[in-house]
Amino acid sequence: MSTDHDTNEREYGLLAEFTNPGAVFHACEKVRDAGFTVWDSHTPFPVHGLDKAMGLKRSPLPWVVLVAGLTGASLAMLLQWWIGEVAYRMVISGKPLFAWQPSIPITFELGVLFAAFASVFGLLHLCRLPRHHHPLFSSTRFERVTDDRFFIAIESGDPKYDREQTRSFLASLGATAVEVIEDRDVD
Amino acid sequence: MASPTELLSGIAKPMPGYDPIGGRDQLVTDRADFASITSDVAGVIERKTTIGWWVTFMVSLGLLGILGLSVAYLVYNGTGVWGINSPIGWGWAIVNFVFWVGIGHAGTLISAVLFLFRQKWRTGINRFAEAMTIFAVMCALLFPTIHVGRIWLLHWVFPIPNQMSAWPNFRSPLLWDVFAVSIYGTTSILFWYVGLIPDLATMRDRAKTKIARMAYGIFALGWRGSNRHWQHYEVAYLLLAGLATPLVLSVHSIVSFDFAVSQLPGWHTTIFPPYFVAGAIFSGFAMVMNLVIIARWAFKLEHIFTMKHLDNMARVITLTGSMVGYAYAMEFFIAYYSGNPYESFAFVNRAFGPYAWAYWIMVSCNVISPQLFWFKKLRNNIAVLFIVSIFVNIGMWFERFVITVTSLHRDFLPASWDYYSPTIWDIGAFVGSFGLFGTMMCLFVRFLPLIAIAELKTVIPAADPHGAHGHGSDHAHSDHPHSDHPHSDHPHSDHAAVDQGHGGQGHSAPAIALQKATHEH
Repeated sequence: MSTDHDTNEREYGLLAEFTNPGAVFHACEKVRDAGFTVWDSHTPFPVHGLDKAMGLKRSPLPWVVLVAGLTGASLAMLLQWWIGEVAYRMVISGKPLFAWQPSIPITFELGVLFAAFASVFGLLHLCRLPRHHHPLFSSTRFERVTDDRFFIAIESGDPKYDREQTRSFLASLGATAVEVIEDRDVD
Repeated sequence: MASPTELLSGIAKPMPGYDPIGGRDQLVTDRADFASITSDVAGVIERKTTIGWWVTFMVSLGLLGILGLSVAYLVYNGTGVWGINSPIGWGWAIVNFVFWVGIGHAGTLISAVLFLFRQKWRTGINRFAEAMTIFAVMCALLFPTIHVGRIWLLHWVFPIPNQMSAWPNFRSPLLWDVFAVSIYGTTSILFWYVGLIPDLATMRDRAKTKIARMAYGIFALGWRGSNRHWQHYEVAYLLLAGLATPLVLSVHSIVSFDFAVSQLPGWHTTIFPPYFVAGAIFSGFAMVMNLVIIARWAFKLEHIFTMKHLDNMARVITLTGSMVGYAYAMEFFIAYYSGNPYESFAFVNRAFGPYAWAYWIMVSCNVISPQLFWFKKLRNNIAVLFIVSIFVNIGMWFERFVITVTSLHRDFLPASWDYYSPTIWDIGAFVGSFGLFGTMMCLFVRFLPLIAIAELKTVIPAADPHGAHGHGSDHAHSDHPHSDHPHSDHPHSDHAAVDQGHGGQGHSAPAIALQKATHEH
């Protein structure tokens, strides 16, 4: 860590700015190939193929959602069986107390409900959101990440991180600006 | 910009460089870079509130007041204040419920089904249509809620343990409906909100005041455009679309079970689920059409809500309108072919009985008027689009009225036959529900991005990392050998910037989320 900062501040890492998706795409490939691991790219919209360029693994989210959906559907079937056959045995219009056919609509609906909630909360969990404070938000330049600018951030925690070398490496990838981001305590 | 009279009097003037059929190319003209998309959409919120908005909002609030009054009077006195009687126990409340649920189908259809079918034109209108869906479902849920009469006992429809040890009847389609519509509403809100997160972050980063930054910031959840997040985000969006697609088809099927599972001639028919779903898409697209025409004019968004969108929606309206027309004809045929005298009576009575006027309004509006859209000239005429869409929704309201009331009013015992007319309180609740819808729409367009900003950026050529030549890009990295790219096998990549405008639909937008999600190896 750098010594020219007081104890409340440490270095979060380097933020490099790019002006178009092609530039950030090729830069990501090079950062990946250079062996960096604790880094990220930030874009206003999902750039096609960037996951591959960054060397990311597939998202596990579909499995989470599948399990949640099956859980919801099973619980719905169980609920309808339990109410019909056990808790409230009442013959209505001579229909069976429980049958699987009329139980399908609610089984399907509750399966969808559980799966939908799993998608959203699974997404938030995988992204570690909500997180309203982040060191990158200290950069004014970074405000355009939701508009028309593209960024690569390499964190100081990366084993290959060296402020000066990494800075010139990022500059050589076509970055229009590279800045050091401090990791301030939340005040 | 066209004035209302110009808009309603003829063909909208094409903008320079704008091909009304290859409407996607509109996004490729001089205005199409990332920053202009952001500022065009955010500008709608950031500009000073217009007089037009205030007028619309005040009128909507007035109608909302009528709704409040009608509901309060109803709850105080009971459902006897409505025109319902025996045998017509389901009056306008159920008609309005089905009407609003039907309208609420277009949003999810546009967002989810067209997403899975890779219909890129949906990108401009999906946010708006989703919002419309949510507000329409809110209006829909209101009617069965107040129709139960003692609304303070509404929780009995949910399987909640209670002191009577009583449980809901899961063999009743009315209970399926409770689940279907409320889960549809919930899932639509989740889908809409996930889509909104990146755009709320855009609004947060552009906010000029601390209050705005806080408000947008809280709901943006700290979104920072991280690609490690986008990766999961796109999968989540795809999954929600995949879940919402069967859901949207199930909802109106289940609504139709309310009728079809009963033994009543005119209701007891297997054609209802597909027929109701087609009708729902039909009315929903008509409502989106009306609202989009107003919004593109009011907010000067003709370059995003293009004629291509309107043209495509007109085609969907004609298709689904014809399916509905086929269903009307098939109901008659089956009534005849079944040889069932009660079934035949129900349908002859429907078309030629005391409610014949309603039946023929329905047929003219739903079957005949959308046939105008076979003609390209009419499909590209804003006034025709607007008026026919209104007719479609009038017709679809009457369809539900015809199904509900004509089947009930002459039941098996002629002594109990009756004629149903609404009272002022029926009318108040229905007119008032437009107030609720209008108020919510006004607040939505004023405070939230009515176009999916992040998503719209993915469909302009500059978004393609492999082949963006110019257009918002300061550095075109087209000199890189394509063999390096993981997706160089895509035929789209090299043709991404189709500047000349023809055939842009097929080649201009390789970067949509779905392709990305499905091509991850």
